[in-house]
Formats: sequence, structure tokens, C-alpha cells
Amino acid sequence: MDERLGAILSSHRPEQAALIPILQKVQSAFGYLPEEAMLEIARYTGVPESRVYGVASFYAQFRFTPMGRKRIMVCRGTACHVRGSPRILDEIKKVLGIDEGETTPDGEYTLETVACIGCCALSPTMMINKEVYAKLTPAKVRQVFAGEAREREVRGDPAAGQEGMGSPTA
Amino acid sequence: MRFEEIQQRARKEWEALQRSDSPVILVGTATCGRSAGALAVLDALREELCRRDIAARLIEVGCVGMCYAEPIVTVRKPGRPAVWYGHVTPEAASRLVAEYVVGENPMPEEALGTTGEGRIEGIPNLFDLPVLKPQVRRVLRNCGFTDPTNVDHYLANGGYSGIARALSMTPAQIIEELKRSGLRGRGGAGFPAWRKWQFCIEAKGDTKYAICNADEGDPGAFMNRSLLEGDPHSVLEGLLIDGYTIGAKKGYIYCRAEYPLALERLDIALRQMREYGLLGENILGSGFSFDIEVKEGAGAFVCGEETALMASIEGRRGMPRPRPPFPAVSGLWGKPTVINNVETLASVALILQNGADWYAECGTEKSKGTKTFSLVGKVKRPGLIEVPLGIKLREIVYDIGGGILNDREFKAVQTGGPSGGCLPAAMLDSPVDYEALAAAGSIMGSGGMVVMDEDTCMVDVARYFLDFVQKESCGECVPCRLGTKQMIDVLNDITQGRGRPGDVDLLLELAQAVKKGALCGLGQTAPNPVLTTIRYFRHEYEAHEAQRCPARVCKALIRYRIDPDKCRGCQICLRNCPTGAIKGEKREPHTIDPALCSRCGVCMEVCPSRFKAVECVSE
Repeated sequence: MDERLGAILSSHRPEQAALIPILQKVQSAFGYLPEEAMLEIARYTGVPESRVYGVASFYAQFRFTPMGRKRIMVCRGTACHVRGSPRILDEIKKVLGIDEGETTPDGEYTLETVACIGCCALSPTMMINKEVYAKLTPAKVRQVFAGEAREREVRGDPAAGQEGMGSPTA
Repeated sequence: MRFEEIQQRARKEWEALQRSDSPVILVGTATCGRSAGALAVLDALREELCRRDIAARLIEVGCVGMCYAEPIVTVRKPGRPAVWYGHVTPEAASRLVAEYVVGENPMPEEALGTTGEGRIEGIPNLFDLPVLKPQVRRVLRNCGFTDPTNVDHYLANGGYSGIARALSMTPAQIIEELKRSGLRGRGGAGFPAWRKWQFCIEAKGDTKYAICNADEGDPGAFMNRSLLEGDPHSVLEGLLIDGYTIGAKKGYIYCRAEYPLALERLDIALRQMREYGLLGENILGSGFSFDIEVKEGAGAFVCGEETALMASIEGRRGMPRPRPPFPAVSGLWGKPTVINNVETLASVALILQNGADWYAECGTEKSKGTKTFSLVGKVKRPGLIEVPLGIKLREIVYDIGGGILNDREFKAVQTGGPSGGCLPAAMLDSPVDYEALAAAGSIMGSGGMVVMDEDTCMVDVARYFLDFVQKESCGECVPCRLGTKQMIDVLNDITQGRGRPGDVDLLLELAQAVKKGALCGLGQTAPNPVLTTIRYFRHEYEAHEAQRCPARVCKALIRYRIDPDKCRGCQICLRNCPTGAIKGEKREPHTIDPALCSRCGVCMEVCPSRFKAVECVSE
């Protein structure tokens, strides 16, 4: 068994109540829920495999494929909606060349929408990993990703300038 | 340790901070402050103070609620009132240190207001500002004023005196106190808080549970997040009182995973409670033992429903079950359980601290006390507010919120999130209380309040909410799973120009079926946004059937065009158009090809304001 998985399992009691916390920790360690890990979790907790998958697939937080290095969460809350979040989402899709739920081919970004980030007063908003970007406009979105691309270039990141980033600014 | 000793020690520390010989600087670093750049401001302040070698206290505080003015910094110099500054940038922060922390210039033109004793020439009292004047800050009293990671700050301001008092009372006396206060559940439906507790006391069983529902999922609402980030102990004290009253030994806080800072603050707060003997065995030497565990949600809106929430804590899919039996009789793992909202519990703590009579001074006959709201959408001053129940909607939107953004026309205010409704201008003078909102077809809800103007399409809003509940429906019962799907199909047709005569009546019929047939609150209230928009804005539905979106929102029903008289042919729009739909020579008026145009609106956004040649029409 993977060491990280073993450490996570042993910090919880083998019971159904521990299932969601275990899944959360496994996802934060691996970036997603690998199938072998879920089988191991089922064995450890005594919860049938089908039910482990049932729980994991019920909650929006869990994913079964690896996540990009950066997770973009576009808020689709009410305040963001009435202040233009659909256009923000469209713009990100265009800039990154991916759809909701997808990851860029270079593995840099995964694009998701969330019900509400809770920064309604500064809408429309998005989060990239734990950082919140406020009062967005399509132009600001282009700036943010152009800035990120430049940063990667400076670092000499091989992902920089790859297909799918689009042309950042007009 | 005795409570009096803990309290005295905390007061000493608080007093020392108030009478500090060196300047005290507060920075609001709740999530809203951070997204506006508060952490960069904090760094700039720290650097500047360090560089100049100034002995000042720098403290991170919660959100004072004026989100529109974030990042907010407060400077208090010895013997003077505290001065609050808004929209502080890192550069402005460095200047603030030079001008006022070191120098004697409080920069009145940049200040929002002052708090505390004394006045400063040219700066108003913060609480006299129109945004704060109508507010009554009880639940939010500490947010923005105290350090949420320091339990002594909470204790020094009356904190935990509520549980100390409760421990000297019998459960029956506490119930009586709550009953006299008139407190109703702040999670949405407004069920009297004491009655829920009473049912749980009466239920048979040695093992009982107290749960705090912090799964604030309504889009447009962030009151609970702000409270947990800004004053976590107030909620935890309420949960302690809850546990003691119903005879529980274990409590849970079910909090959204999307609130990382709130979870962090809760962890710190729980650790401090343990250190102070406010949690664990034999609390404050009373013989009462209680422990609290934080459960992180995993991203399911339906888990805000109490039976789904309990299923989630048990490690199952968060699907609701029929009631009765109610959780007070058979809840978590089949044991009697009380589930209360974050704000309800913070209010319980306040009632035990200050008494039921004090609490009931505020509010109307049937809706007592104050309520927090997140006032957002198309208002000039969005933010977190706390008002006495019974206040008029107009006061909230125009006095506190400062009116509509860009002085547009008010159209509606949405309360109660996906379970609530949209209230039109005619309701601006109705009081905000449980009964009046219900009569208007909406609900109080947990406190989301989204203001909409003439540029908001009400059919699109209804479609938006239904799309939300449709995606969040757990799929257990047919009326919710399939009924909302049928409704969203009809609404998609209407907003995409495929509406047919009779669609509105079909929606009404479907809405009634879903309302009556759904298993839980999510489904039963899901049609409310549709019902209220039809009730108050039916003409907008009819306009869509005639292929027109009056607010010019629905992409299928609008088009962009360039006014040849105003266009100077600068080619900015042409270069920015992502689909190449704009044609035209330099210095000649441009045109948009509707067949190529994706209606993204970029041309209108980039057209220089001195020309304003691009317009959006729906005809």
C-alpha cells in the first residue's frame, strides 16, 4: 500500500463515519481519488466498494482523474451571476481552450465552477487555488492569465507558451 | 479555573491593549478583505513599521461588513479615537504609517470614520455613516474590532459569560429564557428555537447530539462565513449552551469545505477553549462535559437540509429522508439531535449573556431581535449588515446600500436564495420579517439579499436558480429530480427564443406539483423563484415569448450594433472581437455581422467612452 494512504487510514477509526474525512485527505494528498485507494479505503472501513464509490461520486468535491497544478473555481453565485459571471466563464474557456471540468493539456489548470465562494460583495469572482480574484471583467481575466504565463516563462517552466493558452492580450 | 479568574485575566489584557502606549493597527483580513488585497496591505504595514523601527501592535481582525471599502485598516493612537480607512493599497498603507502613525496627520480626506471616545476634526463618527446608522450590531459586534484568534478578546467583551450563567440554571430555565426572547431559527424557516430544544429534552435516550449547521450554501449569502471568520467563539459558546440544555455530550459543526479560513479559525478557537477549560471534561468545574468536532462538507448544497446533513456526518450520501421522525426524536445515528444555524447559536449566546428582555427590545411582535444579511448585487455599498427585524426593505437598499449602482432603476430584491423569491419595487416599503416575506411569496432564508436593477432579466434569474437546484437535486425523489428538469427545459426554451404560448401556465402547473410532491425543503421551495418572478414580472415572460428580452441579457434575443454616426473607425472593437464579426476600414464606420457575432459584448466593453458607438438591442 502507498505510504501516504497507509498513514491517512491509520489516523482514522475503521468506521463509516470516517469515510468522508478519509476521502478528503486522500484527495488532498493525491490530487484525486485513485481507484486502488478507494478499494483500500473500502477494505479498511468495512464499507462496501460500491458504497465508497457511491459516496465519492455524490459529492462535488471528489474527482476521479488527476487535477491540474492550479484549480480555477469560477463562482456561479447569484451576485456574481447578475454582475456578469457567465461572461467571465466564457472568457476563461476561450483563453485556456478548455471546458468546465477539463484540464489543460499541459496539466497546469483545471477549470471548475462552484456554487458560491462567498465573496458576493466583490463579484464577479474566481479562485485560483486558494487565492480569490475579485471584481473581474473579461479584460481582467486575460490580464491574470497573461501574467501567469509570463511568470512561468521567467521560471523557465516547460509549460509556458504551450498550445491552449491562447493569445493573452490583444 | 473559575470563570471569574479567566474573565478577569482577559479583561486585563484587553484593557492593556486599549490603553497601549504605542499605536495599534487593525487590518481586516477575512476572506472578503483578502480578495481585495488585505494581505498585501498587511505585509506593507509590517515592512514599513519594521523599516522605521516603530513599536506598534499589528492585529488581524474580521470583517466589519463594509465590503465595498475593503481593504480596511484602523489606526488607534494613544488617547485618541480609532480612525478607519478604506480602499487601502500597499502604497497608501506605507503613507499612512508616515503621515499618521509617525506624524500627526490623520488624513481626514481618506478616512471613513472614527470609533471610540473623542473626535478628530473633519472625520465623522463611523456609526453615524448612512451605511451603519440604521444597523444594530449585536451578532456582529466583535467582527472587525477583536482578534478572532484570541479568546481573551472574546472573553473581555462579555464572551462565555452566557455559558457561565447557563451552567447555574436548569435546562427548563434556559428554555424559558429563550422562549421569552422570541428567538426564531435563523437558517430560513423561522421555527422557534426553544421548541426544537424542548422536543429534544423530552425525547428519550441517554446519548444526544447538538449540531451547528454551517453549510451555508445559498449562492449570494456569506453571513455565516463572516461570523465564523470574525468571531468564531460566539458560535461555539451557543453550541455549548445548546449541548448543556439538551443534555448532549458531543457537538458537531458541519462547515463547508469552500470556507478554508473559517475552518482554520474554528480549529484555533477550539484549541483555545480546551486550554481554558471551556471544552472537554468538567467545563468550568460544573460537572458538564462536552466536546465539539468539526466536520468538513464535501460540496453538496442539499447537505444544508438537516436530515441530509446528518447522513453526511454519518459518512453516507447526503440524501434527505422523510420527516417525521424529526431529528429531535431520531437524528444522528438514530439519537435525539438538535440542529441549529450559525447565527441562531450566536444569538443564543447573546441572550444568555444579556437576558431575554434585552434581546426582545429589538424587532417586531412576532420576529424578535436582529438579523444579518449579505447585501449584494447591484447596490453601491454591498456588504454584510445587521438590522433589527421589521426594518423596511427600502432602508436596507437605499440607506445602507446607498441605492442602485450607476443610479439605475431598482427592479427587484431576491431573498432566501434558491428557496426564496424576488420582490418587486412595490414591496420596498414592506417590513422585513418572517410573516411579511412569506406573504410576499419569498422567505427570510439564511440572509442572502441580492439587489437587481433594470439590466437584470427576471426570466434569466428564474432560470439561473432553477438550473442551480436542478444540478444540486440529490435525485432521491421524482418530483424534484424530474420536475425541476422539466421546468428548466421550459425556461431554457423561453430564454433561448423557443418559447411557446402556454409555457407560463405549464410552469405554474409544474411548480405546484414539485412544491407538493418533493421530499425535502430543497424541492419543496425550488419553484419559489419561478413563482415569484411570474407573479411580479409576468410581462417579462410574455416579452420573451415575443422574442424580446427587455433587460438585454438573453443572448438569443439580443444583438449588438454599431451606430454609424458615433463610430470613428478606431478599430479597437475590430481588433478585440474574438469571432472576427466586425468589419470596416480605418476612420470609416464599422459594422457587425450578426451571423458571426457570439454576443460576448467585448466590443461594447472596449469601445472608448468618448464614442460609446456600440449598443445592445432587443427588438
